[in-house]
Amino acid sequence: MQELLLDIRGLRTQFFTDDGLARAVDGVSYSLEKGETVGVVGESGCGKSVTALSVLRLIPDPPGKIVDGEIIFEGTNLLQLSSAEMRRIRGNDISMIFQEPMTSLNPVFTIGNQITEAVRLHQGLNKKDALAKAVEALKLVGIPVPERRVHEYPHQLSGGMRQRAMIAMALSCNPKVLIADEPTTALDVTIEAQILDLMRTLQEELGTAIIMITHDLGVIADIARKVVVMYAGKVVEQAPVERIFASPNHPYTQGLLQSLPRVDKDASGAKQRLQEIPGIVPSLLNLPTGCKFASRCPSVMPHCKEQEPPLEQVAPNHYSACWLNH
Amino acid sequence: MAAETLLEVTNLKKYFPIKGGVFSKTIGYVYAVDGVSFTVDKGETLGLVGESGCGKSTTGRSILRLIEPTDGKIHFEGQDVTALDKNAMRSLRREMQIIFQDPYASLNPRMTVGSIIGEPLEIHKIARGSEKTERVASLLQKVGLRAEDMRKYPHEFSGGQRQRIGIARAIALNPKLIVCDEPVSALDVSIQAQVINLLEDLQEEFGLSYLFIAHNLNVVEHISDRVAVMYLGQIVELASDADLYNDPQHPYTEALLSAVPIPDPTVTKKRIILEGDVPSPIDPPSGCHFHTRCMYKEKICEEEAPEFKHIGGGHWVACHFRPKV
Repeated sequence: MQELLLDIRGLRTQFFTDDGLARAVDGVSYSLEKGETVGVVGESGCGKSVTALSVLRLIPDPPGKIVDGEIIFEGTNLLQLSSAEMRRIRGNDISMIFQEPMTSLNPVFTIGNQITEAVRLHQGLNKKDALAKAVEALKLVGIPVPERRVHEYPHQLSGGMRQRAMIAMALSCNPKVLIADEPTTALDVTIEAQILDLMRTLQEELGTAIIMITHDLGVIADIARKVVVMYAGKVVEQAPVERIFASPNHPYTQGLLQSLPRVDKDASGAKQRLQEIPGIVPSLLNLPTGCKFASRCPSVMPHCKEQEPPLEQVAPNHYSACWLNH
Repeated sequence: MAAETLLEVTNLKKYFPIKGGVFSKTIGYVYAVDGVSFTVDKGETLGLVGESGCGKSTTGRSILRLIEPTDGKIHFEGQDVTALDKNAMRSLRREMQIIFQDPYASLNPRMTVGSIIGEPLEIHKIARGSEKTERVASLLQKVGLRAEDMRKYPHEFSGGQRQRIGIARAIALNPKLIVCDEPVSALDVSIQAQVINLLEDLQEEFGLSYLFIAHNLNVVEHISDRVAVMYLGQIVELASDADLYNDPQHPYTEALLSAVPIPDPTVTKKRIILEGDVPSPIDPPSGCHFHTRCMYKEKICEEEAPEFKHIGGGHWVACHFRPKV
C-alpha cells in the first residue's frame, strides 16, 4: 500500500464575475501518493490549473473563492490553515512551476537572489549558505557554469534555461509535492524533451511527487503514472496511464485520443482523416444541466441531458463519469 | 503524375539589420533566413518545421513580400515575384494568401466579420453590395459558420471559430497558394482536429496549395505531402513525409523526431536529447550550423558548410556524412 500524500476531496472553486458565477472547479477529487506522478489533462478552461492554484490557496479573492471541499496534505486540511501557516507550506512542502518562466520570474532580481529568498525564508540559512545552495540547485537542473549563472538576470537566460531555473527554485527546499502547470508548453520540442527528462531524473533522485498539468497527451504518456481527465470543471475519467490510452471509457477521452494527429501512425500507412469532436466547450458561466459533454457527445442519450453522471468505478482503479456504463 | 510547380523559391535570404550606437548605425545582422530553396507543386502541401527562431515564419512572410527579402528569387507560376512593383504585387496577393497563428491578433476587433471577409472582395473589385453579402454568406458556410455570423464582431467567437474566420478571409479571393503560419498552434486539441480537417476539405475542393508552417511535428506530418526541416535559417532536410519519418537522414531531424511526445505509454523509444540551445542567428556557428549540438560532429563540420544534396527519391539533405558512405 502506497502512502497517501495529497488528497483533494470534492473541491469547488468559483469566480464571482460581472457576467455571473463561473463554476471553474465543480466537485473535483483526486489524490497523489508519495513519489507518484499524476497527469491532469484537459482543454483550456476545464479547471485543471484552478484546481492546482486552489491547492496552494493562490486563488485571487475576490473574484475567486473556494466554496467547498477539502485538501488534505499529510493529514491536515490546507483550507483550514491560517495565512501564516499556509506560507510555511507553500514553496517549502508544495511548490509550483508555471508555463511561462519569463512572467513568473522577477526581471529585476538575479536568479540567485530569487532562489535564495525561498531557502533563507523556509530553511533559515544565512546568505552565504543560501547562495551555495542556489548554485547546487542550478547544478542539479543541469545549468552549465552555475557559479556564474546564479548572478545573472532572467533575461540573460534562454527559454529552456529559465524553465530550468524555475525548477531549481521550486526544488530548492526539497518539496514533497511539485505542481507543474504546463511546464513545457512554451518550449520547443528538443528543449521539452530535455525538461521532461530532467523532471523524470529528479523524481527518481529526490522522490518528489509531481502533479503534471498539461493539454498534451504525449507528455502525459511520457511521464504520468495515473491520469485525471477533466472537462468543464469536472473529473470525467481517472485511470492508470496504460488504461487511459488502451481502453478509454469516457467518450470525451476517446474523442480526444482519436483527434490527435500522430507522427508514428501517419507515416506508416495511408493517411486517415482526423476524428473531430464537434462543437466547442460550454461556457463556464452557463453550464448545461446533466452531463457537461452531452452537447458534443457522439453517443448521447436523452437521459444525459437531464442528470449528471457520477464518477464510478468501471474497472480496478479506473473511474469514469458516463451514463453509458449503466 | 507530373506535378506542376506553383511556387519556386531559390536561395531566399532575409537579414534583419541590428541598429546600435548614437547614430543608429548597422552594427550587425540577424541571419533569419540564409539561403533557402524549395518548390511547392499545385495542390500540394509542403510542411515547414523547425524550432522557434529558425526562420520558418520569416520565410513564409517573405514569399508574400510582407517582409522584403534581402536576396533570392521567388517565382509564382513562372512570374518573378521579387521584381514586381507595388501595384502588381497587390494584385498578385489575390493568388497568395496567409493565415496567421493568433486568431485574436489577426482580426480587426472593430470590424464585423462580414466586413473582414468582404474587404478583400471590394479591394480587388470582385463583388460589392448584395453580391458581396451573398459571397460572404457562402464563405462562412464553407468554413462551418453561419451566414448570420457576418454581423458579429470577432470577440463574440471562440478561438477555433476565429481561426475559421481567418480561413474564410484567406479563401475569399480563390487563391492558389495559402501560407499557413502555425494555424492550429493556439487551439485546443479537440478544436485543432476540426481546423485541420477543414483545411484538408478546402484543399480538395479548390485544389489549393499550402505552405504549412508549424513547430508541431505530429500536425505537420499529418497534413503535408512533403516536409522541409529548418534549422537556423537553412533547410537541413527535405523529403516526402513518409521518408522523413521512417528514414531521417540529418542528425537534427533524427533528434527532433525522437523528441516528439507520442501519446502512447507503451511506445518506448530511444530519445536523443540534444545538448544546449539553438545558437543565436546573429552569430551562427561556422561550417555546419548544427555542429555545436550534433553528436556525430567531426572536424570538417566546423570548417565547411555542407552542401544541400539530392540523395534520391526527392530526398534532400545537408550533411557531410549523408548519405552514409
